[in-house]
Amino acid sequence: MENKKASFLPREGEAQPSRCPDNSAFKQQRLPAWKPQLTIASVLSSFFLTGAFCLTVGVCLVLSANSVREIQIDYSDKCSDCSKLRENTSNWNKECHCSVNFTLKEDILGDVFMYYGLQNFYQNHRRYVISRSDAQLLGRNVNIQRSSCAPFSTYRNGTPMAPCGAIANSVFNDTIDLFYNRNSSMIQVPLLKTGNSWWTDKNVKFRNPESYNLSSAFAGTARPPYWQKPVYLLDEENERNNGFVNDDFIIWMRVSAFATFRNLYRRVQRVRHFAEGLPAGNYTFQISYSILSDSLGLLERCREMERNLNTLLSDFPVTRFKGRKHVILSTVVWSGGSNPFLGIAYLASGTAATLTGFVITGIHLKLRKKKTYFQKQ
Amino acid sequence: MSDRSCWEVVPGLEATYFLQHCRATETPVGAKLVRGLLRIRNQLVRECLAELLSTFVLIIITLGTAAQKIAFFETKGNLITSYVGSAIAVMVGIYVAGGISGAHMNPAFSLAMCLTGQFPWWKFPIFVVVQTLASFISAGAVYILYYDAIWHYSNGTLTVSGPRETASIFATYPADNVSLANGFLDQVIGTGVLLVGVMGLMDTRNKPVPKGLEPVAVALLVLSIECSMGANCGCPLNPARDIGPRLFTYVAEEERRVRANAREYNEKFQYASNCIKTSKYNIVTFLPVNLFEQFQEVANTYFLFLLILQLIPQISSLSWFTTIVPLVLVLTITAVKDATDDYVSGSPCAPLPTGQEFRHKSDNQVNNRQSQVLIGGVLRQEQWMNVRVGDIIKLENNQFVAADLLLLSSSEPHGLCYIETAELDGETNMKVRQAIPVTAELGDTSQLARFDGEVICEPPNNKLDKFGGTLYWKENKYPLSNQNMLLRGCVLRNTEWCFGLVIFAGGLRQQLLLCCTEQGERHPLMPSRSPGPDTKLMQNSGRTKFKRTSIDRLMNTLVLWIFGFLVCMGVILAIGNAIWEHEVGVCFQIYLPWDEGVHSAFFSGFLSFWSYIIILNTVVPISLYVSVEVIRLGHSYFINWDKKMYCAKRRTPAEARTTTLNEELGQVEYIFSDKTGTLTQNIMVFSKCSVNGHSYGDVQDMLGHKAELGERPEPVDFSFNPLADPRFQFWDPSLLEAVKLGDLHVHEFFRLLSLCHTVMSEEKSEGRRAAGSIPLGHRTLSLTPMLSTGELLYKAQSPDEGALVTAARNFGFVFRSRTPKTITVHELGQAITYELLAILDFNNIRKRMSVIIRSPEGKIRLYCKGADTILLERLHPVNQDLTSITTDHLNEYAGEGLRTLVLAYRDLEESYYRDWSERLHRAGSAEAREDHLAQLYDEVEHDMMLLGATAIEDKLQQGVPETIAILTLANIKIWVLTGDKQETAVNIAYSCKMLTDDMTEVFIVTGHTVLEVREELRKAREKMMDASRSVCNGFYQEKLSSKLTSVLEAIAGEYALVINGHSLAHALEADMEVEFLETACACKAVICCRVTPLQKAQVVELVKKYKKAVTLAIGDGANDVSMIKTAHIGVGISGQEGIQAVLASDYSFSQFKFLQRLLLVHGRWSYLRMCKFLCYFFYKNFAFTMVHFWFGFFCGFSAQTVYDQYFITLYNIVYTSLPVLAMGVFDQDVPEQRSMEYPKLYEPGQLNLLFNKREFFICIAQGIYTSILMFFIPYGVFADATRDDGAQLADYQSFAVTVATSLVIVVSVQIGLDTGFWTAINHFFIWGSLAAYFTILFTMHSDGLFRMFPNQFRFVGNAQNTLAQPTVWLTIALTTVVCIVPVVAFRFLKLDLKPELSDTVRYTQLVRKKQKTQHRCMRHAGRVGSRRSGYAFSHQEGFGELIMSGKNMRLSSLALSSFAPRPSTSWIETLRKKKGCEGSSAGSPSGATDKTLRV
Repeated sequence: MENKKASFLPREGEAQPSRCPDNSAFKQQRLPAWKPQLTIASVLSSFFLTGAFCLTVGVCLVLSANSVREIQIDYSDKCSDCSKLRENTSNWNKECHCSVNFTLKEDILGDVFMYYGLQNFYQNHRRYVISRSDAQLLGRNVNIQRSSCAPFSTYRNGTPMAPCGAIANSVFNDTIDLFYNRNSSMIQVPLLKTGNSWWTDKNVKFRNPESYNLSSAFAGTARPPYWQKPVYLLDEENERNNGFVNDDFIIWMRVSAFATFRNLYRRVQRVRHFAEGLPAGNYTFQISYSILSDSLGLLERCREMERNLNTLLSDFPVTRFKGRKHVILSTVVWSGGSNPFLGIAYLASGTAATLTGFVITGIHLKLRKKKTYFQKQ
Repeated sequence: MSDRSCWEVVPGLEATYFLQHCRATETPVGAKLVRGLLRIRNQLVRECLAELLSTFVLIIITLGTAAQKIAFFETKGNLITSYVGSAIAVMVGIYVAGGISGAHMNPAFSLAMCLTGQFPWWKFPIFVVVQTLASFISAGAVYILYYDAIWHYSNGTLTVSGPRETASIFATYPADNVSLANGFLDQVIGTGVLLVGVMGLMDTRNKPVPKGLEPVAVALLVLSIECSMGANCGCPLNPARDIGPRLFTYVAEEERRVRANAREYNEKFQYASNCIKTSKYNIVTFLPVNLFEQFQEVANTYFLFLLILQLIPQISSLSWFTTIVPLVLVLTITAVKDATDDYVSGSPCAPLPTGQEFRHKSDNQVNNRQSQVLIGGVLRQEQWMNVRVGDIIKLENNQFVAADLLLLSSSEPHGLCYIETAELDGETNMKVRQAIPVTAELGDTSQLARFDGEVICEPPNNKLDKFGGTLYWKENKYPLSNQNMLLRGCVLRNTEWCFGLVIFAGGLRQQLLLCCTEQGERHPLMPSRSPGPDTKLMQNSGRTKFKRTSIDRLMNTLVLWIFGFLVCMGVILAIGNAIWEHEVGVCFQIYLPWDEGVHSAFFSGFLSFWSYIIILNTVVPISLYVSVEVIRLGHSYFINWDKKMYCAKRRTPAEARTTTLNEELGQVEYIFSDKTGTLTQNIMVFSKCSVNGHSYGDVQDMLGHKAELGERPEPVDFSFNPLADPRFQFWDPSLLEAVKLGDLHVHEFFRLLSLCHTVMSEEKSEGRRAAGSIPLGHRTLSLTPMLSTGELLYKAQSPDEGALVTAARNFGFVFRSRTPKTITVHELGQAITYELLAILDFNNIRKRMSVIIRSPEGKIRLYCKGADTILLERLHPVNQDLTSITTDHLNEYAGEGLRTLVLAYRDLEESYYRDWSERLHRAGSAEAREDHLAQLYDEVEHDMMLLGATAIEDKLQQGVPETIAILTLANIKIWVLTGDKQETAVNIAYSCKMLTDDMTEVFIVTGHTVLEVREELRKAREKMMDASRSVCNGFYQEKLSSKLTSVLEAIAGEYALVINGHSLAHALEADMEVEFLETACACKAVICCRVTPLQKAQVVELVKKYKKAVTLAIGDGANDVSMIKTAHIGVGISGQEGIQAVLASDYSFSQFKFLQRLLLVHGRWSYLRMCKFLCYFFYKNFAFTMVHFWFGFFCGFSAQTVYDQYFITLYNIVYTSLPVLAMGVFDQDVPEQRSMEYPKLYEPGQLNLLFNKREFFICIAQGIYTSILMFFIPYGVFADATRDDGAQLADYQSFAVTVATSLVIVVSVQIGLDTGFWTAINHFFIWGSLAAYFTILFTMHSDGLFRMFPNQFRFVGNAQNTLAQPTVWLTIALTTVVCIVPVVAFRFLKLDLKPELSDTVRYTQLVRKKQKTQHRCMRHAGRVGSRRSGYAFSHQEGFGELIMSGKNMRLSSLALSSFAPRPSTSWIETLRKKKGCEGSSAGSPSGATDKTLRV
């Protein structure tokens, strides 16, 4: 009977657990603490320091960005010949070349990089971004029908596409060559097509399926509908640049964050005439268009629409969705390529921070009288 | 034949056939068989629904007529209306469903149809079930509909039989004189006539009823049957009409029948056993039950909905785990919380007395207690859980009552027994229960074993003080009341044994309790108050209305707004998507064809709306509610842990009983305080007395002068008396000398005190005392072990009485024991037994109590004590001189705030007494007993001889005046609502400084009629306005024309309002309440005396309603419960008056003075922290989410996210949750001492300055600003940029990493700015979060994970490649600078130009730390002085000085109050003025009483 009571009534003579709270700093909310405060000294110093930092960085960035040489040429309209050629439907699958000339007034010294640029090409569209199978690109034999590649996953007869997905299918396939017109002779500028992608992409993210040779590795798969050649023939000369680990392919597969972007295409090999970079003079870009096969009938649908809209048709077709194509030559510095925005933004915010510092000083001094009055009280 | 024509009215019962036929012809040959089957099944469902509806309509009308008839005492209906109503109901029912199901509405009818072959047999059971179900539902509906009326009618007890039975509303019962066979026959014939009638009406060979009028004919038929055959049994005619409602009455148990000693009989009813189960879950049920509960939360359901959206591939813009991971985390936290709650008894915050025990364990312990049960005439030991309803059990002294028992008999005469109800209501005094006379004689087990009475009583409920029932035994009825009941949880005291009949066993109440727990609104992490084993106790405390704070409400509004905003953004982006797809996307299809099923841009826009809803849902963060709960829980723990709110004397720490209201503690504007037990200790100390014109009790020093406070000499030594209570103290030795010298008057005085009372005595022989005995001095050391044998304990109904009897005890007149007829007193060591002839008990009208005693010598004497106003009138004229001296003394005592009583006696002649007692006896049995008794009492209590007067000190709680002063300075208005007398209340108000002598005026409203009250209030207002006009020289003139309120708020001078209960009743009437409120709010102090508990609640409600201010009610007694439940925050003082207030409260502690700490420190911090937390939380989520919105314009509105999906998943739960939680839990703007020193710091909370809609928009704006920069700066940088190795920089993954990194850094810097109090934990969390971000980032982008799940971890190698770029870091730095610098600038300018008081306090502290002024020392000195006032009486000399020192202290601290956003200059003026006239006011101790009388 007694233990009944024990649970309710404290009994005397019995050691009771103390109900008194612990006297610990944590429980009594007396933990030692740093109590930062915005004082005039700390605020002003931080403003002026920030201002100085921003201005310095800004100046450096602007100077370095200005030292970058860049040439950008829009070729989406210039090759109208090809368009005309293809208007004749019987010729639509013929190869076509076009050339764009330009002149360098000064030498471009140092490493020169060649980019292709696309405008209004929505690589960052949600459905586009997910339309790939990284497992397949890693060389695994996966069931891509269950991946997000659709509709570019299999053909109607069930043959899987390799690589699958909208990104791979739409790979940039214009071929651009650069010629140096030296004394009325055309010298092809030597261009490097490997070593342009990230090391991790080339060595970790993309692997070819393992087999004794590449074509057998891709046996049982078919090329994506817009491709002219299967993936194991992308670079027949260089085994390490063929299949999924082809640099052009890898670079394309790293989708851009925005609809307007440039991708590294080639690097100028610094040999012979071009050991110092590109010498001044006349140059020609020669662009060869490849052929689109229209197995899905999509092209034809859009072509029809274009005809109605009276717009030009070219290949690697971009004009349909108001896209543009560029070819770009540029050098780089420590902060990357030509990038005026960052430098200017730094200069502006540095100026703003410094000015704010002065304004705060002014306001504070003006109110000093009042302030001391408060403090005396 | 078209489908429609099939549905046209087909008379009566062949409808189904017709329909099926029609369908068969219509269905083309070769239609799919499955489809046909489906049709038929559908058809059946349709019929059942139709039958359900028609039966429902029929029964609801029929029952409704009965309810209307019965529940309104046949004033709103009679037999005819109910007959007509139910007949027409049949018609309505047939019209409702006659064409679809045939509207049988009656199982008997269906049966007849089957018998006659017009209805398929297989449908019969279905129809019966449906019909019964329908009538069950309609019975429920009627019950709800007439709920109030039924309860009113039945006086709270629902019974089947008796004058106020209500069961016949629902089911029909045969009349009393009808036998079973007759009743059966009646029903068979009635139903038969009905069937014959209906068949006849339907038979086409008869005269046909006009088409469409068949139902009318049936109705008339029914009416005729009812009129002819309704008397016997109420004419149900319809089994469904009876069975369904009867089932309902069974489920909603209306009454309880218990037969003694008849287990088989009682088992029929399946009453719950006595086994209790307080735990809500077991291992198996935990998961489903808990999940079910959690998904009742709107927020959780919302996220579940989002999760389902995400599973639709076309719109899932995020992986499923981005929602499920946070959701699972939130659910897990809550579930763990619930599980611990369930496992550990008592909520974590509120360790109930069961301490550390586990709930499951304590259940077992309670269930296995032993009790003696009478089975088959033999007493057997049984476990508690095996006790059944109807058992007779025997209890012995000091045993717990095992279940709710009907007391049958006891060892004491007249079947009395004494119980202690501390477990139920916390009251420690003994209560008396009495068996009804017939059972009281059943003394031994054999008699009891033959007892076969049957109890019919109310169903289980939670009313502790009410019980209604009847005992049927031996052809007689005996009414039962609460006086006959022993409730589970009580302890039997002073009674050797007793027998009781189990009426309610423990379990049932428990189930009810659980029901009500579950119905109560739940909240994640809210510790559900644990039901202890004492079910009734918990049931009574009830589940208070779930209180929400104003921040909660604001938060809900804001969340709704955010939803609106979310939908707007979704719509904008969806439109954008439609346009984009139409303009661009349609051609971009060569590279990116539309999804299957999407054929138009418009549809694509629609899908993208949902996609955007998914990715933008993080503006309403899933973790918001759970974080808020965690923070509140933390704050509650801090309250529980606070050593400065721990009362060592009572060993009670403060306790946050709810964890949902903490921040509201920082916003309180009105405090409603009880007086007794809250402001005062409710400890009565015998302080002074006047005997035969001589006043004793003044504290004297050596020279015989009145001693100053704090210089008391040694107390009087009572060691001569072995029975003296060592805790009693008295300082005037002359009284003891008088006793010792044998002063007859003094002897008689103490004899009276030792005889004239209702105290119970108890002598403990084991040397053990129950805790919580009546403390008799303020230095009660109730927990010191008292091992002396034979210790005497008094249990008194009121502490006054205890104090008086104890005083007599110490002066040598020891009340030793009592029996119903005698009182034994040790008079100066000699035991004398007096015969107790009568007790003329105290009540509110008489205001006195008397006893009539026969001394051993045989003299009969009446001793009386009572209120002076009453008693002085009843004295014999010879006392005139003595009366005037005593009156002087009384005035003196009253002036000191003491409670006084006058003592007198009268000798009675033997013959007179005999005559009187004869008449008393007769009056006792006559009608109008009360009046007769009062008259007789009145007659005998006159011509008395005055003995003297006593003065009892009502001790103030410690530190009350200081607390009130500080709270007043914090602009909190304190109203005292007390049930006490006006004089007492005013005195106490003076002693705790609510009223002061230098108040401009104290208005006293005591009007008895509406007009008087209105007039008095008007006068008070006018006076205040006049004064302000004259003071301010017309400054307020222009304001006068505006609203009255504004004028009254600008009143100069200090006023107080005292209003009593009568007037308050008028003042609270609808037309005057605003007037009253305005007047009252203009006053500094408001005292309502003589108010009822209901009025207390009304006053609180009034202020809540009109002032929109946060109210807090504090009290300790049962009479404060209503007020505590009404106010926004209820605080219970765990004091003398039991624990009901504590149970109803949200916070509890044992000293009023802790209130200042609760509000000014904990409340203020909670509010501050919560506001900062919310601001930051909304900011960070907007900054995070809005980036998607801007990105939408650049990605073709395709609902592409900016960040990696893992970042989205973890952002709220890992990267940013802990720093802000640490800030929400630990932040302090100023140290705790400062918030006590500068009560003005409390004001921002009252004005709701720190988090309101404006602040919300500011944070949202800041969030959006941040998100813009967060997107556009990287965009500007990345648009054309290349890496330093020439490759592209602006790939999607690098961009995502850059934005995410800068976001994490920016919000971390921002939390660093917001955190004002960097403890080690804050450091750890902030730096830890950043570290965690980078660790997780590099892990997620590592090769290993990618090789394992290539499709999940696509960002492989991204972190090391991107974060190696100087440009990326420069971008992050720039973003951070641009986001943070303006914030710093604004904050600093605000601090510099318009500092808050807290800023200034912090600043001065900084300065002070450097300068080390002597500020602190001075303050310290002030504190020492004021500590004494715990012993102070109202406004006695000497106390004034203390007030002055207190004032000084506060004036200096006020210096800074001018920084406050709302400086109340007039108020400071008053204080200054006060300071100036200290000298004049200090000298007039009687000034206050004068003033109170002046109005």
